[in-house]
Amino acid sequence: MTDAPLLEIRGLEVIFDGFHAVDGLDLTVREGEVRFLIGPNGAGKTTLVDAITGLVRPAGGSIRFAGEELVGQREHRIVGLGVGRTFQTPTVFEQLSVLENVDVAASFRLPFRSLLRRRRGVTDRVRRALEDVGLAELQEEPAGVLSHGQRQWLEVAMVLCQRPRLLLLDEPVAGMTGEERLRTGELTTRIAAEGTTVVVIEHDMDFVRRFATRVTVMHEGALLAEGTVAEVQQDAMVRDVYLGRPRDARGAAVVA
Amino acid sequence: MSRLAGTLAAGDARWGFLIRFLVVAAAMLLLAPAVLSDFRLSLLAKFLCFAIVAVGIGLAWGQGGMLVLGQGLFFGLGGYSMGMYMKLEEAGPGQLPDFMVWSGVESLPAVWEPFRHAWFALPMAVLLPMAVAAVLGTLVFRQRVRGAYFAILSQGLAAAFVIVLVGQQGLTGGTNGLTNFTQLFGLDLTAQANASILYTMVALGLLAVFLIARQLVASRYGRVLVAVRDSEDRVRFLGYDPTRIKVVAYTAAAGMAGLAGAMFVPIVGIISPALLGILPSIEMVIWVALGGRAVLAWAAGGAVLVNWVKTGLSERFPSGWLYLFGMVFVVVIAFAPKGMAGIGEYVRAGLGRPGAVRLGPRARDRATARDRAAQEPA
Repeated sequence: MTDAPLLEIRGLEVIFDGFHAVDGLDLTVREGEVRFLIGPNGAGKTTLVDAITGLVRPAGGSIRFAGEELVGQREHRIVGLGVGRTFQTPTVFEQLSVLENVDVAASFRLPFRSLLRRRRGVTDRVRRALEDVGLAELQEEPAGVLSHGQRQWLEVAMVLCQRPRLLLLDEPVAGMTGEERLRTGELTTRIAAEGTTVVVIEHDMDFVRRFATRVTVMHEGALLAEGTVAEVQQDAMVRDVYLGRPRDARGAAVVA
Repeated sequence: MSRLAGTLAAGDARWGFLIRFLVVAAAMLLLAPAVLSDFRLSLLAKFLCFAIVAVGIGLAWGQGGMLVLGQGLFFGLGGYSMGMYMKLEEAGPGQLPDFMVWSGVESLPAVWEPFRHAWFALPMAVLLPMAVAAVLGTLVFRQRVRGAYFAILSQGLAAAFVIVLVGQQGLTGGTNGLTNFTQLFGLDLTAQANASILYTMVALGLLAVFLIARQLVASRYGRVLVAVRDSEDRVRFLGYDPTRIKVVAYTAAAGMAGLAGAMFVPIVGIISPALLGILPSIEMVIWVALGGRAVLAWAAGGAVLVNWVKTGLSERFPSGWLYLFGMVFVVVIAFAPKGMAGIGEYVRAGLGRPGAVRLGPRARDRATARDRAAQEPA
């Protein structure tokens, strides 16, 4: 099973007002991988995730997930097929409690009639997701009081309890402390071991080196290089791209 | 230990609700008919109709964030369904309603025909508004029309409805609407003594509608609805279709407005375009804003209180009441943005017992959890 391509992107084009944010990208992600997506700012990484999840409409190309075409499908249907994502800026429902946030996420496959019933207690799936991210103690708090880091955790818990086949994480460790990063990485590895394919957009190269199985480097909307962390770091073109932008401190870390 | 305390607190809240509900129900069903004159009781029955509309607005706007500025449309659809039935019942088999005769209409229009039958007209008073809301809502919410745009659109629909009603004199009674009702199911509507029967029906209707709305709010669906209000786009990426979530609340609110309209007609004896245009529709939202849109009971209470005050002011200050009414509105908006529900919270907090009785143990738990979290950051 691990060899089957879960996500196959061919010739993807996303154009904003004449600007080619994604320009003829090909990408294949196999089941069970933890794939890291890196590249300078503006390389089109987030746009790619937006296109996969239906937030932006591609101008051309195809995105096949488990054999199904995603281009043109509505966002909630794509989620229904098993594609989950988090956002760079975490959005949680501030008026709901932490527990309710996760419970709403976990209930998305319930038939409508079951939704009309009250929640009784906490399901194992929800409890486990809350424990995984360390928010179990805060479950009764309104999500509005959470700090930025805690919101990121909550978002991860929400997407985890949905058990997606493909999980897209957009800069999950931005703004986190070293210890939190480590914990996120371990959680990511464990999710992958349990059968979820994970695609992570990340700038932090220590984090990438430590937890990536394969890395895809994007540049100006297209694929620049792909391979293991070591292979990518040796790649001359990758070095050029990052060294050509000396002011991009995070990019410079690639060759460090 | 803390879980036990939590369960107890939840149990307390449930009992607390039951007690409050029964007290209000008893006051409405037993106390009010005993102490109020037939005239006042009939007024209260009218206000309770408005409260039914308000519960719907509390659901769609307070919980779902849809500013429904055109509920007059649904109130009117319900009211006219009922009015048409009553007109035909009075006219007798094969006869035309009086206003049609005056307008020179010779045979009963086809749309009126099925409304001869109570089994058709009464369900229609609720189902017709719901069907219209379901279709409209699906079209509008699918296009992601929301916020002020949705508010203006819903208001435009109420305005258009009024224009159609006024224009079709022979079909709808025009500006006068449908009036001169004398009986319903053999009940003499002109006899003041029958006011209490109608009143009791409306009171039961309000209690039932309130329980339905409350179940919706307390269910998982209710949580998703609040989530849609907070961030519709985020809900989409959790795999829900926000269109569907919103349509359900909007449709329920329309059904409630329709029911209210249907009950309003026999009590007040008229349904006319003036009762459901832009101004009345905005007024309905004002009741809810003044009561407190986030709390269903306060939305309903707001409708009754505002109308009670309005009647009181207009009786005592026939020339200046509108200014006084406007002032009350400005004061509440300026000093209590959460409406009267917010004043209640504020008073409780000011007395140094912030919901202490009801939420005590759980609130303490939260405080401890917060402290723990502060000590060892996640």
